Amino acid sequence: MADFWIILTGTLAAASCGILGCFLILRRMALVGDAISHSVLPGIAFAFLLSDSRDSVFMLAGAAVFGLITVFLIQFLQRGGLQADASIGIVFTALFAFGVILISRNASHIDLDLDCVLFGEIAYVQWDTWILNGYDLGPSAVWMLGGTLLLIVLCVGLFYKQFKLCAFDPALALACGIPVALFHYLLMGLVSVSTVASFESVGAILVVGMLIIPAATAYLLTDRLSVMLLYSVVAGAVSSAGGYYAAVWLDSSIAGAMIVTAGILFLLAFIFSPLHGVAARYLKRRRLKSAAA
Amino acid sequence: MTGIFPLQVSNLTVAYQKKTVLRNVGFNIPEGKLIGIIGPNGAGKSTLIKAILGLVPKVDGEVSIFGGSYRNRRKQVGYVPQRESVDWDFPTNALDVVMMGRYGHLGWFRRPGAEERRLGMECLDKVGMSAFSGRQISQLSGGQQQRVFLARALAQEADLYFMDEPFAGVDAKTEKAIIGLLHQLKSQGKTVLVVHHDLATVEQYFDHILLVNGELIAAGPTNETFTPENLQRTYGGTMALIKGNAASPGYGGDASC
Repeated sequence: MADFWIILTGTLAAASCGILGCFLILRRMALVGDAISHSVLPGIAFAFLLSDSRDSVFMLAGAAVFGLITVFLIQFLQRGGLQADASIGIVFTALFAFGVILISRNASHIDLDLDCVLFGEIAYVQWDTWILNGYDLGPSAVWMLGGTLLLIVLCVGLFYKQFKLCAFDPALALACGIPVALFHYLLMGLVSVSTVASFESVGAILVVGMLIIPAATAYLLTDRLSVMLLYSVVAGAVSSAGGYYAAVWLDSSIAGAMIVTAGILFLLAFIFSPLHGVAARYLKRRRLKSAAA
Repeated sequence: MTGIFPLQVSNLTVAYQKKTVLRNVGFNIPEGKLIGIIGPNGAGKSTLIKAILGLVPKVDGEVSIFGGSYRNRRKQVGYVPQRESVDWDFPTNALDVVMMGRYGHLGWFRRPGAEERRLGMECLDKVGMSAFSGRQISQLSGGQQQRVFLARALAQEADLYFMDEPFAGVDAKTEKAIIGLLHQLKSQGKTVLVVHHDLATVEQYFDHILLVNGELIAAGPTNETFTPENLQRTYGGTMALIKGNAASPGYGGDASC
C-alpha cells in the first residue's frame, strides 16, 4: 500500500503543478513560479504560528496570501524601474529567508522541520492519515492534493479560453473585455496553493521542478495547448512512478529521484521529439541540404 | 452617415511614467472611411490606438465610440495588434487563433463551438488562408501570420477596426490581400484606422489621415491634409519630400510605442 500512496501523492502534486506550469512557461513566467514556490514559506510559518496546528486550510490560505504578495512586490519593484530578473531575485530570496528565520526561531514549539519543508517527506505520507469520526480516510496529503488538483482543473476548465487568450495575446484579451489582471492573480494564487499542497511531499525546492519540467517536456511534444496540458500531467505521473521505483532501487531520496526522472524525460523529449526535438531538426536540415544539392 | 461619429477623441493625453507621449489629441472620424495614422517612429501612433482601446491608461481626455464608452461598445470594435506583440511559438494553429476573435462575444463561460469554427474558416478563406487552417502558427511566414491576425479581426465582426502596422514586414502578395480586404470592409460601411508609416503609399491607400507626432499635427481628407507643409511639421526639417513619391524617413518598425 505504501508504494501506491506515495506514487499517487507524487502524481497528484505533479499533475497540479504541471497544468499550471504550462501556463507559466507560455507566459514566460517560469521564474515567477520558482519565486512563488519559495516565498510562500513565511505564509506557511505564520499559519503554523497562528493556528498552532498543521491544519491544511490555514496553510493554503497563508501560502496563497504570500504568493500574491510576492507577485505584487515583484511588479511593484519592476514598475519602480528595477529589472525583472533582479526584482524576482530580491523578493523571493528575502521572503524565503524570512520564512527560514520564522521557522528556526520557533522550531522548539512548532512541529515543523526545516529539512522537511525544503525537501519534503513523501515517504511518510501514508502515516499521516485523515481520521474523521474514527474512520481512517487515507493519507491527508492525498486529500489535500486531490482537492487542489480538482480546484485547478475546475478553474482552468471553466476559464480555459480566458487563460489561453491571456497567455497568447493579453492585449486582445484586454480589448475583448477579459479581466486580464484578475486571471493573472488567479493563476498566481493557484500556483501558490499547489506549491504549498505539494511542499509537504516534495519540498519547497523540488516543487519548482514539478512546475517547470513536465510542462517544458509537454511543450516539446505537441502543437496544441489542450494536448500540452494533458502531456504535462502524463509526464508528471510517469516521473512520480519512475522516480519512486528508482529511489527504492537506489535507496535514495524519493522526491529527488522523481525530479531527476522528470529531467530525464525532458532530455529524451528535447532530443527525440518528432516536432521540436534536436534530432528531428537535424534530420530535417540534412534532408533540405541533400535536396538542395 | 447616421450623425454619430464612429470615433470621437477629445483632449487625449497619455504618459508613460513621466514622459508624455501624446498631448491634447482631439479628432472626429467619419463613418465608412479608411483612415491612416501617420507619423515618425516614437510619435505615439500605437499608443493612440492603445489609449482609445483602454490598453494603456490615459492621463486626461474623452473617447467616444458610436456615441458611447468603449466599455459599452466593445463588441463593435475589432483590433489587430502588432504582429511582434505575440509569441508565434504558442502551441496553437491558424484556425484556433482566428476563433479567438470570438472570445469577446462568448461571454464568461461559453466555449467556442461549431458556429465559431464555421465563421473562423470563412474568415480564413477571406484572407486566402483556408488551406493553412490546421497549420501551427510558427510554421507560417510573416505575411501569412499577418493575414491570420486580419482574419481574427474579421471574426470579431466589428464596425470599427484598429490595425497596428498591418503592412510591417509583409510580402507584396499579403499587402495586396490586406488592401483588398480594407476596401471590402469599407464597402460594407465599416470604418478602419490603420497605423502606417510608408509615406509612398499613403495617398493610394487612405481616404483620411491623422498626422501624429506627440500631438495631432493635422487631420482630414488625404488630398487636403497630405501636403508638404504638414509632413514637414510632422517629420521635422530632416525630410526631403517629393510629392507623390515621398521618401520614407521613419521606415523600419515602430515597436517602441
